[in-house]
Amino acid sequence: MHRVLLAAILASVALGAQAQDRARQLASACAICHGTDGRSDGKALPPLAAMPRDYVAAQMRAFRDGQRPATVMHQIAKGYTDEQIDALAAFFAAQKR
Amino acid sequence: MKRRDFLKVAGAMSLAGCATTAAPSKARVVVIGGGFGGATAAKHIRLWDASIDVVLIERDAQFVSCPISNLVLAGYSSMQDISRDYSGVARHGVQVVRDEAVAIDAAKKSVRLASGGEIGYERLIVSPGIDFTFGDLQGYEAAMKSGRVLHAWKAGPQTVALRRQLEAMPDGGVYILSVPLAPYRCPPGPYERASMVAAYFKQAKPKSKVLVLDANPDVTSKAGLFKRAWSDLYPGILEYRGNARAVGVDEKTMSVKLEVEDVKGDVLNIVPPHRAGDIAQKAGLITSNNRWCDVDWRTMESKAVKGVHVLGDATLSAPAMPKSGSMANNHAKIAAAAIVDLLNGREPAPLQIVNTCYSFVSEKEAIRVSSVHRWDAGKGTLLAVPGSGGVSAARSEAEGNYAWNWARTIWADSLG
Repeated sequence: MHRVLLAAILASVALGAQAQDRARQLASACAICHGTDGRSDGKALPPLAAMPRDYVAAQMRAFRDGQRPATVMHQIAKGYTDEQIDALAAFFAAQKR
Repeated sequence: MKRRDFLKVAGAMSLAGCATTAAPSKARVVVIGGGFGGATAAKHIRLWDASIDVVLIERDAQFVSCPISNLVLAGYSSMQDISRDYSGVARHGVQVVRDEAVAIDAAKKSVRLASGGEIGYERLIVSPGIDFTFGDLQGYEAAMKSGRVLHAWKAGPQTVALRRQLEAMPDGGVYILSVPLAPYRCPPGPYERASMVAAYFKQAKPKSKVLVLDANPDVTSKAGLFKRAWSDLYPGILEYRGNARAVGVDEKTMSVKLEVEDVKGDVLNIVPPHRAGDIAQKAGLITSNNRWCDVDWRTMESKAVKGVHVLGDATLSAPAMPKSGSMANNHAKIAAAAIVDLLNGREPAPLQIVNTCYSFVSEKEAIRVSSVHRWDAGKGTLLAVPGSGGVSAARSEAEGNYAWNWARTIWADSLG
């Protein structure tokens, strides 16, 4: 019984780790402008690393829905689903600056 | 293999190995080519699974960026600005071997080096960039050997040489830029270059002309934005001709042969058609039209040779996907994610990627094109997500600042 429970816990930990890996990989596309893992030099854009999760998610949706004007993010955000936006927001919020 | 050559390779590798990891490695990935694709892949495999050994084979001591190199031609940037060494990649535990890959034995899973050494791999990444099909242009090789005709379509010594030619050209001269049929490296690159040279002429030698002879029927990228910039900023300086494919060049008369006429110039910047880099050809990775390498866009694995992943400009592009530094960097992340999965016994998952290409149209103003690419299981390729992407509303200094941010940031993400 214990062994089954342990296996289940390990499996869910592995699944969680895999979800985190996927979020990190998804976020790596943002790195060409925002820096590896969201750590930019901060000169032109505020670093995404450690930005509050709800803020990032809300801004991505505002860009996507035309609520927040932008030079480029309104066009890029339209390529992301709600699920992807939430995964990105959680990933960046968890990064250290 | 000669003994001393083997020692050279083994020595370089153990030296680099000392500084990295003492734990036994899971597997070795070899990466050929340290550009936007290869350097990014090498770094990201180490970032995402440090138990994988990564060897990067690169023939040059420094990476020189094609993006921003057009600003060097205008005198707005320097070779030093656009060059990076490989110490940043090495800090991630990548073993950087300065050598040239000359053959791939996919059955033995090994790469032979110009120095004579051999390196075995579990997975191989080939990011060879482009080479040219000089034979498509009569007289090109002789013209190139004379030093009078340049492509400068790989940033480096030819960038410096072209800048010197532009500086030496007397006021009132004609600079000709010949653009090959698409697909070629960096679709907006020729039009950015024409803009940069025109900006330099406007400041330094205003009686001079830029003549763009484009094999394509029209400007292939950001056409409206480029044409607006040209008519606003460079009237009387920049002339554009579509459907003007070069078929030959003669450095003695300094003329470009088109299908119906010859055109004379003072500086001839002739960009020949491209194909995937030489090592891709030697290794049988080219599958399409004798030029490009078809890949599985979920993993970047070659459709011709198992266990070998091809990145960047060398690939047969997915629909609406440009050959760009941004794309090569993103291809690298697809390959890195897939290889980390495969070497850990997991099924790779498709990865969504983003392209963003900035082009300068004056010293400070830039324009941009962006797209988002997602795996489509039905079509079996990456497709632009409907409704996403687009171009700048107008040229602006704000976009110029973002262009510089992109350059600094992608150099750091790829090589830092």
